Amino acid sequence: MILVYAEHDNSSLKAETLKTVAAAQAIGGDIHLLVAGHNCGAVAEEAAKVNSVAKVLVADNAAYEHQLAENVSLLVTELAADYDTVIATALTTGKNFMPRVAALLDVAQISDIIAVESADTFVRPIYAGNAIATVQSLDAKKVITVRATGFDAVATDGAAEVVAIGTATDAGISSHVSDELTESERPDLGAAPVVISGGRGMQNGDNFKLLEGIADKLGAAIGASRAAVDAGFVPNDMQVGQTGKIVAPDLYIAVGISGAIQHLAGMKDSKVIVAINKDPEAPIFQVADYGLVADLFDALPELESKL
Amino acid sequence: MKVLVPIKRVIDYNVKVRVKPDNSDVDLANVKMAINPFCEIAVEEAVRLKEAGTATEVVVVSIGDKKCQEQIRTALALGADRAVHIETEESLDSLNIAKLLQKLVEEEAPQLVILGKQSIDSDNNQTGQMLAALTGMPQGTFASEVKVDGDKVNVTREVDGGLQTVALNLPAIVTTDLRLNEPRYAKLPDIMKAKRKPLDVKSAADFGIDLSPRANVLKVTPPAERSAGVVVESIDELVEKLKNEAKVIS
Repeated sequence: MILVYAEHDNSSLKAETLKTVAAAQAIGGDIHLLVAGHNCGAVAEEAAKVNSVAKVLVADNAAYEHQLAENVSLLVTELAADYDTVIATALTTGKNFMPRVAALLDVAQISDIIAVESADTFVRPIYAGNAIATVQSLDAKKVITVRATGFDAVATDGAAEVVAIGTATDAGISSHVSDELTESERPDLGAAPVVISGGRGMQNGDNFKLLEGIADKLGAAIGASRAAVDAGFVPNDMQVGQTGKIVAPDLYIAVGISGAIQHLAGMKDSKVIVAINKDPEAPIFQVADYGLVADLFDALPELESKL
Repeated sequence: MKVLVPIKRVIDYNVKVRVKPDNSDVDLANVKMAINPFCEIAVEEAVRLKEAGTATEVVVVSIGDKKCQEQIRTALALGADRAVHIETEESLDSLNIAKLLQKLVEEEAPQLVILGKQSIDSDNNQTGQMLAALTGMPQGTFASEVKVDGDKVNVTREVDGGLQTVALNLPAIVTTDLRLNEPRYAKLPDIMKAKRKPLDVKSAADFGIDLSPRANVLKVTPPAERSAGVVVESIDELVEKLKNEAKVIS
């Protein structure tokens, strides 16, 4: 039996969860989905529709509202007794609490898998994606996080049984203070079919507006390189790379991004990569399917007008 | 308060790694090594806490073979007071590292342990969280701001949708994100001084922990190569190719 942790914001299920369930399918066995949160009934309803999920467990309690690692890890560790494998998506919530679960269970965690070879053998990138390791877990219980871009989403045509879990554990050693979330009308960076990203070459935050018209026309999410985030052009949650978000859209357009190893780690599995850069020697051109050597301040308005 | 900073020796972040022809691992022979960049940020944060009068002592620890003493000396040059080297020839997985660190935390009783959020070689992002679980401490992962306030620490975390601030009871574990600070460079006099700072060497085997591996690496392969693309001459050509050749826009 496999327990999959559902990623959500208390109001809707994140698309990545559908891909994580696909990883669970590849392992094989009954799949249960855990929704831990507060006032998260809508998420539970969505979760019940996820294909191949046999049961949805709902832990609806104030202790889980912000999914603090200290509280959620106790819940998941307790539930894990009944499962062979526990899986979460390698997003910031899963990355935060899952290693805590693994340590409480005294097992290793296999992080960020991109493929399943068998119930105990998994494939994961190391060294910023410059090497791919095939790893066999020797623990009786498997604790795994999944890189969502490695799997195709399952359908949402299921009808799972929903079961409420009464127990709630508050470790009492941490509390939530505040959130400062970026408001955006655009598709989620991790799930968008098209991503257009700006780098240091954008020169300032205002110039990111040049990407917006193009993003609107393509239904794209806007991303950024570390250089653009560090320079304060855009907030950190837009960063694509080894330490930011991993994306694999159908089309990735890199504008004014040189293509450092750490940035490539986050986008080189995109289906088609376009690079717009005035430096013909920029490493981004070595991975781009289509490269245009041009000043982005000329190229972007023209591109927008021609879409 | 005392701050403990675990650091790791890894391949330099600029090096393009090569996979060994026998697919057993990546080739680290004659490759430039350095402190893991996230660990460097952890050292910097601890030193800043000391400069601000919040921390009284900064202790760095590294687990690995003799060579990781180079990185320990670098951390001492950056301002750490003393160091512990837990020597082992084997490369250990995160859980075993966390177990060794747990013993050291029991011995040293720090109020704050600051680690990097991940090492750029194994890319696991586990050790801090595991250490927090084993010691029963709260955790502030992916920190972009750390503010000690009495018997609590407020940690602003980089999360998927933006930022989140949590309050943790001390003692606590913090793991650093890139935006936490900009590490300083060690000056030559500090490098000289660091050579005389205390470095206590312990053997991992003496901790009485079962350090046998929890996972086997069956093989390591290079990633699929992307074939070289084409350079287009104009926006018109680009749009045309995206529409008709790649068919990714309509």
